[in-house]
Amino acid sequence: MKPVRIEVDGLTKKLGGVAVVNNVSFQVDAGQIMGLIGPNGAGKTTMFNLISGVLRPDAGKLRVNGRDVTGLPPYKLARHGIVRSFQLSRELDRMSVLDNVLLAAADHPGEHMANALFRPFAVRRAEAKLTEKAREMLALVALTPHEAKPAGTLSGGQKKLLELARALMAGADTILLDEIAAGVAPHLVEEIIEIVQKLNRDLGKTFLIIEHNVGFIRALTSRVVVMAAGELLAEGSFDHVSRNPAVIDSYLGQAA
Amino acid sequence: MDAYLVAILTTAAVYVILALALNIQFGLTGLMNFGVVGFYGVGAYTSGIMTETLGQPILLGMLAAIVVGGLAGGLVSLLSIRLSGDFLAIVTLGFAETMRLAFNNEDWLTRGPRGFLIMTRPVIDGLGRGATAWFILGVFVLAAIIVFVVLNRLAGSPFGRVLRAIREDDLVPATLGKNVLAYRLQAFVLGSAAMALAGSLYAHYVQTITPDNFTTQVAVLVWMSLIVGGAGNMKGAVVGALVVTAIYEGTRFLAPLMEFLTPTQVSALRFIIIGTLLIVVVRYRPEGLLPERIAPRSRPDPVPAAG
Repeated sequence: MKPVRIEVDGLTKKLGGVAVVNNVSFQVDAGQIMGLIGPNGAGKTTMFNLISGVLRPDAGKLRVNGRDVTGLPPYKLARHGIVRSFQLSRELDRMSVLDNVLLAAADHPGEHMANALFRPFAVRRAEAKLTEKAREMLALVALTPHEAKPAGTLSGGQKKLLELARALMAGADTILLDEIAAGVAPHLVEEIIEIVQKLNRDLGKTFLIIEHNVGFIRALTSRVVVMAAGELLAEGSFDHVSRNPAVIDSYLGQAA
Repeated sequence: MDAYLVAILTTAAVYVILALALNIQFGLTGLMNFGVVGFYGVGAYTSGIMTETLGQPILLGMLAAIVVGGLAGGLVSLLSIRLSGDFLAIVTLGFAETMRLAFNNEDWLTRGPRGFLIMTRPVIDGLGRGATAWFILGVFVLAAIIVFVVLNRLAGSPFGRVLRAIREDDLVPATLGKNVLAYRLQAFVLGSAAMALAGSLYAHYVQTITPDNFTTQVAVLVWMSLIVGGAGNMKGAVVGALVVTAIYEGTRFLAPLMEFLTPTQVSALRFIIIGTLLIVVVRYRPEGLLPERIAPRSRPDPVPAAG
């Protein structure tokens, strides 16, 4: 049996008195590519915010690799190997593509003030080594030719790939992708699918993916969780849940 | 004229330090510190109390100013725990005003509005009048250079990269494992300590400090320096401070040329000129005279395969 990467156990989040996520439980196994689908307002992004520590749950537990991480701030969750992308990609516009990726390096000695001041040579060596690694990450997502550009000048799809490169650089073993195919040119969607599959197959990365693009979900995921109105509606393979009447009724509708 | 030039340059060095300090807070990290003058004043009075009331040597006075300024910065930033834009701006503004009132009213410590007399100066004995002024200028320029080297090295380091990332979008570094609050705290404390050092230098230069020396006007000049010079670029902060001080101090020479204006009007004119400069820069060169650089610094390219 594969180890459980993320265990969501009865998570509940109320915003303005409304339970946007209500007592939801599911788990993501290591090495899995799992989909999180559902209609707008189902609470998918809130669920991502809970799993990445951006929001604190009102009730329930979150476990990562078997450890209780409920209520930890985002930077600590990142150190547990969970890194997310954002629905509206949040690249750092006024920093270069390479700097965006380098920022994600974990345990960079040069990020400590004392080292930056008093150990410039050690910092430069670490920076050179990490720059090499950052370039490998950029190569994985096919952004190598753009490394010197300000990130703000990338196209929508390239920004999504940049977020992916950052997650890899951060050493994430579990990557949460929030609508990574939304607003992306079709040929880039194909490329993103291939990249995600490659990262999963070759590097063993686990993915949890929010997506509305049914083709994308079908091509990538082995299991999906369906949410609607803050509740867990169904769970299983995409073909399995797409035959579920409640799912058809609330989400897939005539599309399925 | 020569003496006047030395005086302007000495003042300019103080403003260079202030602008550099604000640059690490606002330019790099995006922290809105409207209370620059509060930390500046704390440094001035701390140093004065150390050397005059307690009779300590001037280096100890400067050191105390740096420590107390840093502590004050830490306290203020913890008061607005998240250090997010608007809250921090209000808290720092309140801090500066509170400090000014304290300087004014805590007579036993600061001698209030009568002024705090400071005899200790950063000079060696036996120099003539002119040489003393040059010596002080040298000390100030040296201090400014040290502050520049320290902050510039930090700005160009991976530490500085995290600060810039926090300025751009604090959620990104947070979700990549950076303790954003700790970085903001460090940047704020560092900047506040440098502002206090500037205050200490100023106090030992003018030799009489009154609460009136520490009004918002100082903070306004420092902010203008940074915006004109180029927020985020340490060299820009230096250039901005030099330009703004040159205009601010240089406009004194306008008085004899404009006899139709009263002295009060001339002093208002200085701010009008600087204000116009600010508008022109913001309109035509919003990133400042020396913009922040975005492209990566010269990084080692991957070693090409041998053969």
